[in-house]
Amino acid sequence: MTDVRNHQYDVLVIGAGGAGLRAAIEATRDGASVAVICKSMLGKAHTVMAEGGAAAALANKDPRDSWQTHFRDTMKGGKYLNDWRMAEIHAKESPDRIRELEQWGAIFDRIPPGLKGADGKPLKAGTISQRNFGGHTYPRLAHIGDATGLELIRTLQDRGIHSGMDVFMEYTVRRLFTTDGRVSGCFAYNRADGTLHTFQGKTTILATGGITRCWAVCSGSWEYTGEGHALAYWAGAEMGDMEFVQFHPTGMIWPPSVRGILVTEGVRGEGGVLTNSEGERFMFNYVPEMYKNEFADTQQEAQAWVDEVIADVTATQRRPPELLTRDVVAKAINSEKKAGRASEHGGVYLDISWRDEEQVKKKLPGMYHQFKELAAVDITKEPMEVGPTAHYVMGGVKVDPVTQESSVPGLYAAGEAATGLHGANRLGGNSLTDLLTFGKRAGEYAAKAAAETDGYLEISQTDIDAVVAETLAPLNRQEGENPAKVVEDLREMMQEKAGIIRTGALLEEALADLDELEARGEKTAPGGGRIYNPGWHQALEISAMADISRMCALSALAREESRGAHTRDDFPVPDRSHWGKVNSVIWLEEGEMKIRHDPCPPISAELRALLDASDLSEEE
Amino acid sequence: MGREVTFRVFRGEPDEDGVPKGELVDYTVEMDEGMVVLDVIHKIQAESAPDLSCRWNCKAGKCGSCSAEVNGKARLMCMTRMADIEEETPEGEPVLIKPMQAFPLVKDLVADVSWAYELNKTIPPLTGPEEKDWVFSQEEADRVQEFRSCIECMLCVNTCHVLREHNMFDEFAGPRFFVRLADLEMHPMDAGDRLEMVKDDLGIGYCNITRCCTDVCPAGINITDNAIIPLKERVVTEYYDPLAILAKKLGLRK
Ligand SMILES: Cc1cc2nc3c(=O)[nH]c(=O)nc-3n(C[C@H](O)[C@H](O)[C@H](O)COP(=O)(O)OP(=O)(O)OC[C@H]3O[C@@H](n4cnc5c(N)ncnc54)[C@H](O)[C@@H]3O)c2cc1C
Ligand code: SF4
Ligand code: SF4
Ligand code: FES
Repeated sequence: MTDVRNHQYDVLVIGAGGAGLRAAIEATRDGASVAVICKSMLGKAHTVMAEGGAAAALANKDPRDSWQTHFRDTMKGGKYLNDWRMAEIHAKESPDRIRELEQWGAIFDRIPPGLKGADGKPLKAGTISQRNFGGHTYPRLAHIGDATGLELIRTLQDRGIHSGMDVFMEYTVRRLFTTDGRVSGCFAYNRADGTLHTFQGKTTILATGGITRCWAVCSGSWEYTGEGHALAYWAGAEMGDMEFVQFHPTGMIWPPSVRGILVTEGVRGEGGVLTNSEGERFMFNYVPEMYKNEFADTQQEAQAWVDEVIADVTATQRRPPELLTRDVVAKAINSEKKAGRASEHGGVYLDISWRDEEQVKKKLPGMYHQFKELAAVDITKEPMEVGPTAHYVMGGVKVDPVTQESSVPGLYAAGEAATGLHGANRLGGNSLTDLLTFGKRAGEYAAKAAAETDGYLEISQTDIDAVVAETLAPLNRQEGENPAKVVEDLREMMQEKAGIIRTGALLEEALADLDELEARGEKTAPGGGRIYNPGWHQALEISAMADISRMCALSALAREESRGAHTRDDFPVPDRSHWGKVNSVIWLEEGEMKIRHDPCPPISAELRALLDASDLSEEE
Repeated sequence: MGREVTFRVFRGEPDEDGVPKGELVDYTVEMDEGMVVLDVIHKIQAESAPDLSCRWNCKAGKCGSCSAEVNGKARLMCMTRMADIEEETPEGEPVLIKPMQAFPLVKDLVADVSWAYELNKTIPPLTGPEEKDWVFSQEEADRVQEFRSCIECMLCVNTCHVLREHNMFDEFAGPRFFVRLADLEMHPMDAGDRLEMVKDDLGIGYCNITRCCTDVCPAGINITDNAIIPLKERVVTEYYDPLAILAKKLGLRK
């Protein structure tokens, strides 16, 4: 009999990134006992890596901004597949979530004295400053240099530890239990000492972040194997929009060991220009119809905008095409490569060296160090080489926009693990305020539901025995492959067959390959024992990676059009009459992955009036 | 066949009394262009030792997980380039990789840093005004933002002799937490007072300003000059400056 320890808490929060911590803080505030369970140590979650900023219509930097404009930008960037109710809540509540973070200790960059708004009135010096980012009409991102995620997670961590939550660090959750159709708890193992644990919770919040480690070139950490998404799916939850994976246009590409590491969009927000091997500023050739009126069409106009930004005056010019949405820029880079105009190592050049050296170091300190230390490139003097990197998944657990509850009663989801806000493409900066806005809501509603529940549901012993056996199985296999090899092959396969440009034939191959990879995964032998054994941990992650990759390939195969982050070479144009009006839904039924397409929820007339009329008529 | 490098890596676990028991094991791998130390560790895991333990998350110097001692010096493995390591390692010698030595061992390259999480809980949080939309200048923000850039890698703690050699984890908060306290004490909107704690419970007096912590900080925080010395000065003014004490008695200062 293997020893399994049991714990009981009103609310279980799986994940300690921005979404998980914000949820836990809210739940404890409402009096619930809360366990936070996370794979890595507190304060190290993926959120720590976020760079550019958090988007909220504070209207400090440009008084013309409003929640209505933020809402419009988010919907437009998402190519109208977003859940409009989530976009509305997000646009309205984000400013308060940022102000509250400031009161908890976050030190955002400030507005300097002497600035004037578009109406000629002075801006309020000393309030939170905001920066420009792709797809946002006005400067909207509250930031701290290029280390906004660190500030966010540290602030929530330092707040959280005083709120009474119990943190279980370096615990990996492998299964959610359901009892009579309701989530009753979860199973986890402690990475550090190999002990096994069950947690009973009246409600459970999934805040496990993203899945981008399923691709060979990605900006994510080892945590992004998609276990969280798989946990929900295995528990019967409906998963939405899984075909939409954002490839960030600017990842490092050289040397090979840094391939994929993110180069913040802030570089372009500060005036960085993209050029090909012929020295041409190619983005001018890629401005889509729907953005034609909003972007500069000459270098002079683009430069005039940058000059205004540097002078810290309100922009009156149209912005440079480098600041188009991520899907557009990533695809443009891909096209330049295909046309034989790639940089030395197969990307394009991103150049900020024309700006004053000290300004670059002050505005982009992280990027300066990252290139200097990892690539021996001084970005104040020479261009960077960049290319697309798998960065963010718009798809995830389908949730109620108000409460964040999933289709399985008692299970809530927030942050990158959930879907709805971003539609077919996320705007930079919208994730961090997504975490805060919907993390808070998930915490609030999960605590409320827990308070209305008496006692804990029994977890079936058969279920516990099954997951224990499965968890220990890799350690009992004497002979077998190194799990690292299977993971590497899976990531290379997804990069090649379900990457930035897709075709029906390749996606079908991907689905077949995944069956094979999963079977290989079941036979790996990591060796070693239960104490801090990364080979064992990796062996356990493969089944989740396979199911996540499958969801992505299956929904990408079904969507026969190109929209936002999803590009089909065999269906290169958006199909407004059908695909522009439906979201994909994936679920598990009797051991099989099923897919259907639901019509997008109807939008209220009031909110519809805020949207871009010309886009919508095109969408009809 | 490309160039090869040999890593001599500590492999082991603590015994029942918590004393590290283990051995140094040599692994030879082929080098790729631009590798950092963490890449070599990952390659060893992928090729020959899947159960070799090490912590990492971001591989970009942002999370502070991958701290270890490389050739006896505390550094982030993900930000230490092999080109530099090869240059500093004598010809024909292996590169020596050990976990942080000031902390208890979990296994191989993983150290137990739970002390830091426990200590952090004892530090009273920010207490600022209830009203929203705080106003302060970028200059005021700059002073504190330096401290906020700490990634909690614990390399400074690992290096400080008060902790490493004298093991005073119960009496001395160590450089990381003086950075945290400086952050709170110099926050433009904070009304809290933690100086008594800094003097007594956290033992700032034990620091004799050797600056070893500052030397290893990957975030480039000027720990000693900008955090510790100003805190020491505040303690002196508060508790040892006769004029200040008199002023306080007379109710002229808080
Ligand atoms: C380099 C980079 C820069 C970015 N910059 C920006 C930016 O400037 N602005 C912006 O808005 N967005 C940005 N993003 C996106 C944003 O950072 C992420 O989407 C966001 O941080 C995700 O937060 P989260 O709370 O959902 O999850 P995370 O922060 O990823 O946290 C996930 C948590 O779940 C835990 N977990 C996962 N699986 C399990 C399991 N099985 N068992 C137990 N625990 C588990 C992990 O340990 C972790 O604690 C960036 C992303 C990257 C990669
Ligand atoms: S300066 Fe003080 S805290 Fe830093 S290493 Fe020396 S004694 Fe330790
Ligand atoms: S102060 Fe520097 S060395 Fe110390 S924990 Fe923070 S980042 Fe690491
Ligand atoms: S892995 Fe994050 S600092 Fe090295």
